[in-house]
Amino acid sequence: MNMYRNKKIAVFFMLPAVIFVVLFIYYPIIQNFFYSLFRWNSFSPDRVFVGLDYYRRLFKDPVFYIALKNNALYAFISIIVQVGLGLVLAAILEEKAFRKYQTFFRTTFFLPAVISITVVGLLWQLIYNPNIGLLNAALKAIGLENLTRAWLGDSKTAMLSVIATSQWQYTGYIMILFLIAIQKIPEELYESAMLDGANAFSKFFYITVPQVADTIVVSMIITMIGGFKVFDEVYVMTAGGPGRSTEVLASYLYRSGFRNDEMGYAATIATIIFAITFVTTLIQLKASKANKEE
Amino acid sequence: MKDRSLGSQILFLITFLMLTIFAIMIIYPILWMLISGFKTNKELFLNTWALPEKFIWGNYKQAWDIGIGRYFLNSILVTTVSITLTIIFSSCCAFALSRFEFKGQKIFLLLIIGGLMLSPQVSLISLYKLLQKLKIYNTYWALIIPYTAFQIPFTTFLIRSYMVTLPREIEDSAYIDGCTSWKVFWYIILPMSKPILAAASLLSAISVWNEFMFALVFIEDSKLRTIPVGLMNLRSTLSTDWTILLAGLTISALPMIILFIIFQKQFIRGITSGGVKG
Repeated sequence: MNMYRNKKIAVFFMLPAVIFVVLFIYYPIIQNFFYSLFRWNSFSPDRVFVGLDYYRRLFKDPVFYIALKNNALYAFISIIVQVGLGLVLAAILEEKAFRKYQTFFRTTFFLPAVISITVVGLLWQLIYNPNIGLLNAALKAIGLENLTRAWLGDSKTAMLSVIATSQWQYTGYIMILFLIAIQKIPEELYESAMLDGANAFSKFFYITVPQVADTIVVSMIITMIGGFKVFDEVYVMTAGGPGRSTEVLASYLYRSGFRNDEMGYAATIATIIFAITFVTTLIQLKASKANKEE
Repeated sequence: MKDRSLGSQILFLITFLMLTIFAIMIIYPILWMLISGFKTNKELFLNTWALPEKFIWGNYKQAWDIGIGRYFLNSILVTTVSITLTIIFSSCCAFALSRFEFKGQKIFLLLIIGGLMLSPQVSLISLYKLLQKLKIYNTYWALIIPYTAFQIPFTTFLIRSYMVTLPREIEDSAYIDGCTSWKVFWYIILPMSKPILAAASLLSAISVWNEFMFALVFIEDSKLRTIPVGLMNLRSTLSTDWTILLAGLTISALPMIILFIIFQKQFIRGITSGGVKG
């Protein structure tokens, strides 16, 4: 249709969105790399060019490696729990025997994902609280008194406790992605497997898993990127402590920029987060393309 | 299957039991938050599990009065304006990308959707500087504008993939009747896209309402704070008045829980067509 050939009108329709995205998403990212080459702080106009000094410093900085390790742990556990458990839960809820209970369980499991991380973080801080918390009370109630501790105050358990909260919040979200993917699998595949006498486990491994391979890849990437971007959970629950034991890249970025007022160093950490998440996304795009061409 | 064997019945029961335990693990902390908000601090200390002897609405009122009320209204303002802008800009853009044919269309599509690959953490420092230069740092706009920008890629993607599937016959006859593209967009395409607009608004509303990092960095004045950061202030003010804090947490979580339970279908539609974490 001629109406849709007019490029000027098309551009006019796109203009506000394009301006917003370019000015407030792309431009700051490019700017960030530039900022990482200078020593500067938030309110003074002076900037000193330092080249790649901050990058050299970062690669020698032990806190950077603590953060990187914590991010990797975050990503790893999230992939195992959210993708693994999410898939199993979805497969169970799609079984004939469980379909009539599906709505209830689906709603329940998804619920934490709509609550803000601050609420969830502060709530779990209280649950982990050694004096009034539910967790220690529950352990005492079942006779495991010797396991009770200050979960977030102990550098051995703090990181894992924060990560556990995240699993509580997001497993249901990933489960929904799998529910939808499983619903798209043609029923005949399962019917013919039933005729061959396949049990629930072999149906899961030989039909469900291969059929939702795409969704598995996508959700692994989403959770992995999430693990390397994490900020809110850590900031709310431990602020990186005790000591530096729960520092992650984004919380270290925040600390460097807005506590220590080393904006250039913060921008350097941001560049590293960009590199990690961007490369992961490219791998995802490659993987999903390869999958489609098969 | 009526004649299930004993083995599969036992398997069913065990699985059902496990699902129920999971459900309790999810629901119980939320219920605990709700109920403990009605207790006195002493009751919370003495017995975490027990129901309150008397339901104290005062905790909720106090939480509201010492800050949550103000933060709540800020959140409503910021969320409403951001979502309105996001939906207007995204649906216009999605319309152009799904209907028009012109050179460079692919590049524009990539430009918009590519925004999904870039995380807010990376632009935190430079956005902070940019907002200061634009003289909107520490105003509502310091949140509204970045929120809108970061929501646009996802909502445009969502709305566009819906508009592509809409039938074209009605537009064709409208065009013959001499309608302009603006009228076609406003009177035909937008009304037909209502389901996806609802889904997109809901998903964006959740992530904007809950956003924490920008709200922490781009606002200094505690009068302008939105709920997520306001709660952190509240925690330091209250120090050990836990039951009031728990009441505050409940107030902050309720709007999204209620929205989700009412509009579950739209939520799930949005997630499935997007497949991306907000």
